[in-house]
Amino acid sequence: MNMNDNNLQSGNKVSLLKELLKLLPEDAVLHQAEDLHPYECDGLSAYRHLPMIVVLPNTVNQVQSILRLCYEREVPVVARGAGTGLSGGALPLENGVLLSLAKFKDIINIDAKRRIARVQPGVRNQAISQAVDQFGLYYAPDPSSQIACTIGGNVAENSGGVHCLKYGLTVHNIQQLKIITIEGELLTIGGSGLDSAGYDLLALMTGSEGMLGVIVEVTVKLLPKPESAQVLLAAFDDVVKAGEAVGNIIAAGIIPAGLEMMDKLAISAAEDFVHAGYPLDAEAILLCELDGTNEEVLEHVSKVREVLQNNGATEVRTAKDEAERLTFWKGRKAAFPAVGRLAPDYYCMDGTIPRKQLPRVLKTMAELSNEYNLPVANVFHAGDGNLHPLILYDANIPGELERTEEFGGKILELCVEVGGTITGEHGVGMEKINQMCVQFNSLELTQFHAVKAAFDPLSLLNPGKAVPTLHRCAEFGAMHVHKGELPFPELERF
Amino acid sequence: MNADMSLQLQQQVQRAFEEKLALRIVGGNSKAFYGCPVSAEALTAEALSVAEHRGVLNYEPTELVITLRAGTPLKEIETLLDDNGQMLPFEPPAFSEHATIGGTIACNLSGPRRAYAGAARDYLLGCKIINGKGEILTFGGEVMKNVAGYDVSRLMAGAMGSLGVLLEVSLKVLPKTETESTQLFHCSSAEALDKMHAWSQTPLPVSATSFHDSILRVRLSGASKAVIAAVNHIGGDAMENADQYWQDLKEQRLDFFNTEKQLWRLSLASDVESVIVENTDEDDFLYEWGGALRWLKSDMPAEIIQAAVAELDGHASLFRRTGVFSDGERSTIFQPLTPGLMRIHKNLKQAFDPNNILNPGKLYPEL
Repeated sequence: MNMNDNNLQSGNKVSLLKELLKLLPEDAVLHQAEDLHPYECDGLSAYRHLPMIVVLPNTVNQVQSILRLCYEREVPVVARGAGTGLSGGALPLENGVLLSLAKFKDIINIDAKRRIARVQPGVRNQAISQAVDQFGLYYAPDPSSQIACTIGGNVAENSGGVHCLKYGLTVHNIQQLKIITIEGELLTIGGSGLDSAGYDLLALMTGSEGMLGVIVEVTVKLLPKPESAQVLLAAFDDVVKAGEAVGNIIAAGIIPAGLEMMDKLAISAAEDFVHAGYPLDAEAILLCELDGTNEEVLEHVSKVREVLQNNGATEVRTAKDEAERLTFWKGRKAAFPAVGRLAPDYYCMDGTIPRKQLPRVLKTMAELSNEYNLPVANVFHAGDGNLHPLILYDANIPGELERTEEFGGKILELCVEVGGTITGEHGVGMEKINQMCVQFNSLELTQFHAVKAAFDPLSLLNPGKAVPTLHRCAEFGAMHVHKGELPFPELERF
Repeated sequence: MNADMSLQLQQQVQRAFEEKLALRIVGGNSKAFYGCPVSAEALTAEALSVAEHRGVLNYEPTELVITLRAGTPLKEIETLLDDNGQMLPFEPPAFSEHATIGGTIACNLSGPRRAYAGAARDYLLGCKIINGKGEILTFGGEVMKNVAGYDVSRLMAGAMGSLGVLLEVSLKVLPKTETESTQLFHCSSAEALDKMHAWSQTPLPVSATSFHDSILRVRLSGASKAVIAAVNHIGGDAMENADQYWQDLKEQRLDFFNTEKQLWRLSLASDVESVIVENTDEDDFLYEWGGALRWLKSDMPAEIIQAAVAELDGHASLFRRTGVFSDGERSTIFQPLTPGLMRIHKNLKQAFDPNNILNPGKLYPEL
């Protein structure tokens, strides 16, 4: 950025600030560097920028006025919930406004009879289930960050969790959204019935990563809590056998509530960390949770046990009580931080593959791990094919982050090659923007840009994220020829 | 039988794009009654026939995914899945043996299980389309979890071909339920709503409900012991020939649907006690989906019915119409959209079909 740009930007900033202070109280507009720092990144901390200004509105009217102002002045806007996203979707722009929805924390209404809750976007995922627990209900999608992540962010990312195979993603569990367009218009999408007239804008908004509108209200669907839940833990001396067991559970006509796999490195890390009693000599373990009525769970537990044994499990345990069920899960839920203890840094990937491709993908990943000399631990939502390889590295070693990113990029490209996708639930954001060029061709990317323009003609909402420009893809394609060595590492990655 | 007609279809769309000619997309022609006739100049609109573009492209039961060319007959798919102990969980109505999967997804119609298992759009994982410029594009995929790019696949569900011609769809499938049992209760509509809501608060394996002619029916599906326990819990009388009943409901072959009146489809909050429309009474309504879907037989003007339903925050579509179609009806076959939503709809139509050639006017005159 040269001096002129700097001057221009600071001039813009001063006049924008003046206008924003007319709309919001002083403490809801942050502009000093020290106040901006907490917003410089989201859960993907490898990427950081200070935003120009942070605004913290607490009414829908304020959000409308902020967006109108930014639209008039053509200032980009990045919306942010709790900032737990793992793909840099809420990474601020240096010339943009960061719009925090953190103050929208109210559960507006719980309608137990209709099994819905109308909530503001800043309500935490888990807070919804806690609030409706008294009615015997819960909100099904449970991303691992559910203690902290907000429902607005869940909708923006179409968040998943460990129970997706049976209960679906965010898109299956919401009924209505209120959004503000970049022009400041309030739109209600969806309705109080199970469908609505016209195009399925509810689906289009879900997972749109803040690129189409700003979510100011979400109506979620609630489910009755299952009468009973039981978990089995099975150990295998071979990951391929574990993978086959997954297919055979499904072939037996059973859809588990959760079906998770961990490899040897992940098992030992989790065991060291939380002492869940995992078998350390296993090459892979499966955790299979079954829920439903008491009768159903009993019947399915015995069927699944049989399938696991027939598939060569070296050991099958059934949690003997609720405490042990939670202990079995504890290791899986702590897998990321546990693996995090093995190295100064780890990089969490998020590809999805057709399940049958697991052996091939694991084998290639092991080869890449050797080639890059970076260890990988694998945690796998085995039921729905969503793989989370965790690459261990040390950001303080010069060049290691870049090597890690390159390795990660290859894993994602491998996922596409075997018929899968570069992201199952974390979103594209800034992180996987190059790999979008691998998954989609230029006509498809152009169609995505046209969809964005239908909502945001000036491209002011979270610009540069999620969908790469064709120019960027051309550059990325050219880079590929050079074995992935970045020709201009100092360039900003937009 | 199975053939890849992608290129021929693409060429026809490309030509229509260049010449700005409207196309009327036809699959099995089983749901031609649904929506508006393709508009205008339109009476002469050229047919784009997808029915011959058929075949199963990928199906591995343990992956729970099936990929199909859009012209594949629904019946053929259901037989294949059934042979493998699986099903399309949204229980789509066919309305004819010629119904195709493409038409099913384009209309996003779902059957009795919808309220308990999800709609067609919920099971759509990916699709290949031809947009209005004649470009073949692929969105989504064959995996359950996929958040790369906007969810254009689901946008196609219910768009009735107005944004793209479906070439291929990938769907999530599920194992068939082990046992099913239907109980019935003689009661009033208020009692039926109370019962359905009481059940929905608990984890009972309910998979369908209906209420009409003072009879509430509830279908339970699942592991056999679970179904037996649930039957004991809810009571009522066991229904004979229940499978046939649910089929007839789904395909609209019940006596209720045998009418000279117009058939309206009302989608609203499940606990709405009653929809007040002049000259209609209790017998003109059939409830499904725990109360969230109501069929209404009525010849009252669209404006009156849609205003009554809008008041309840729902929407009404004229599902089967009678008499001669007049252009004036175009904007009220489906519930009119708010101006803000219509603007987004028009922009999206423009983004996918800039020359307005794909089923123009099928949903709304503006699209």
